[in-house]
Amino acid sequence: MAQETFSKEELSRYSRHLIIPEFNIEGQRKLKAAKVLVVGTGGLGAPLLQYLAAAGVGTIGVLDFDVVEDSNLQRQVLFSTNDIGKPKVLAAKERLEGLNPYINIVTHNVRLSSENALDIVKDYDLVADGTDNFPTRYLVNDACVLLGKTNVYASIYRFDGQVSVFNYKNEDGVLGPNYRDLFPSPPPPGLVPSCAEGGVLGVLPGIVGSLQANEVIKVITGVGEPLVGRLFLFDAMNFETRTVKVHRDENNPLNGKNPTITALVDYQEFCGMNQNNEDDIKKISVQEFLELQKSEEPFQLIDVREDFEYEIANIEGLHIPLADVEEEVDQIVSDRKVVIHCKSGGRSKKAIELLEKEFGFSNLYNLTGGVDAYFDVVDAN
Amino acid sequence: MAKVIIPTPLRKFTDNQASFETNSENVYEAIKALSGAFPEIQKHVFDEQGQIRNFLRIYLGDEDINVLDKEKTSLKADDVLSIIPAIAGGKN
Repeated sequence: MAQETFSKEELSRYSRHLIIPEFNIEGQRKLKAAKVLVVGTGGLGAPLLQYLAAAGVGTIGVLDFDVVEDSNLQRQVLFSTNDIGKPKVLAAKERLEGLNPYINIVTHNVRLSSENALDIVKDYDLVADGTDNFPTRYLVNDACVLLGKTNVYASIYRFDGQVSVFNYKNEDGVLGPNYRDLFPSPPPPGLVPSCAEGGVLGVLPGIVGSLQANEVIKVITGVGEPLVGRLFLFDAMNFETRTVKVHRDENNPLNGKNPTITALVDYQEFCGMNQNNEDDIKKISVQEFLELQKSEEPFQLIDVREDFEYEIANIEGLHIPLADVEEEVDQIVSDRKVVIHCKSGGRSKKAIELLEKEFGFSNLYNLTGGVDAYFDVVDAN
Repeated sequence: MAKVIIPTPLRKFTDNQASFETNSENVYEAIKALSGAFPEIQKHVFDEQGQIRNFLRIYLGDEDINVLDKEKTSLKADDVLSIIPAIAGGKN
């Protein structure tokens, strides 16, 4: 490979790197030659992308399928108010090119899937996983292991952060553990609270994503000791940090003693998310619900959001947070229509799946789009 | 007494208590004592067969109990056990 060269402007821009003895022009050359794929442009992606771009990583792939929403801006400091409604990858590209015109930003405006992952990941040297859900976590991990790429991992929840470097081969050719060595299987859906229930302190992904960027830069440049075979844990609530050991597991189905996974699988299914087809659940649109309210037909309305959400605004449904649904099941009627809603429809779907499966309900309707859609329609009227 | 550190996703089942002290002699007994003190946490830490769920890792200090004596790993006073859950970020 031709040695990377720098213009006068670039040398000036990167001068604070160049004067670090361990880093110097060699480190900067490695950064310029590197191709890093950042999966997810959310809370973690925001600091990650900005620091990698600022540091001079030569090619940065930006992958996301979402558009910028106002509720992102509390933590996704890559975007500004003017970006609301724009595809995230395009808003990111604009911002990053403004930050550093000497690098190449490649956009992937797609949802990473078993069909496209290998094809996208193969063109990069390293992947930084800043996604927000279990199926994509396992997908990114498996694609990296199958292709022999290092996966710099970070994850957050409320006040907790985790960082590690997976599938890293050191200079002696020794391969470190990967995500499946740490967590062989994901939690079943419903057992772990989801986004809107969970929430996240806005600054936490800023801290954790910055640590992730630091590991990416270390892996690329070979400076320092990367977080391989170790998991860093941060509890922002009590300001406690710990680093624990991660070992390779001989039962790892990807690269243990007897590998059983040799290609990407269906990660929705692996994470138990296909048990109930969405079409199996009865739905009611906001319009239909408004008509039901006006009609004489008796029905029960249940709100499965958290207490704080209910307090902010509610539409007078019986309040049973998702986690309490099983316990409070005797409050739910079976002799008339029951409309269940949450913020946008995800948790109410889970509640219905649970109630149908465990208790045999057949009179439950999911309010499509949840209370968000309800207020949109009512406000528009 | 050994201390069990409870991760934030599970604190809603422990009245937001971040740690739990126990005189249990081994890891399994300590987790059992935790779920005895906070019954709501039980189904989140044990599966239907009574095994510790495999999306949780249990650490004694900085070491994975799986490379020690697994659930039978014995505990001394001042030991710190951590329950480390898989977390994925925003969406589920």
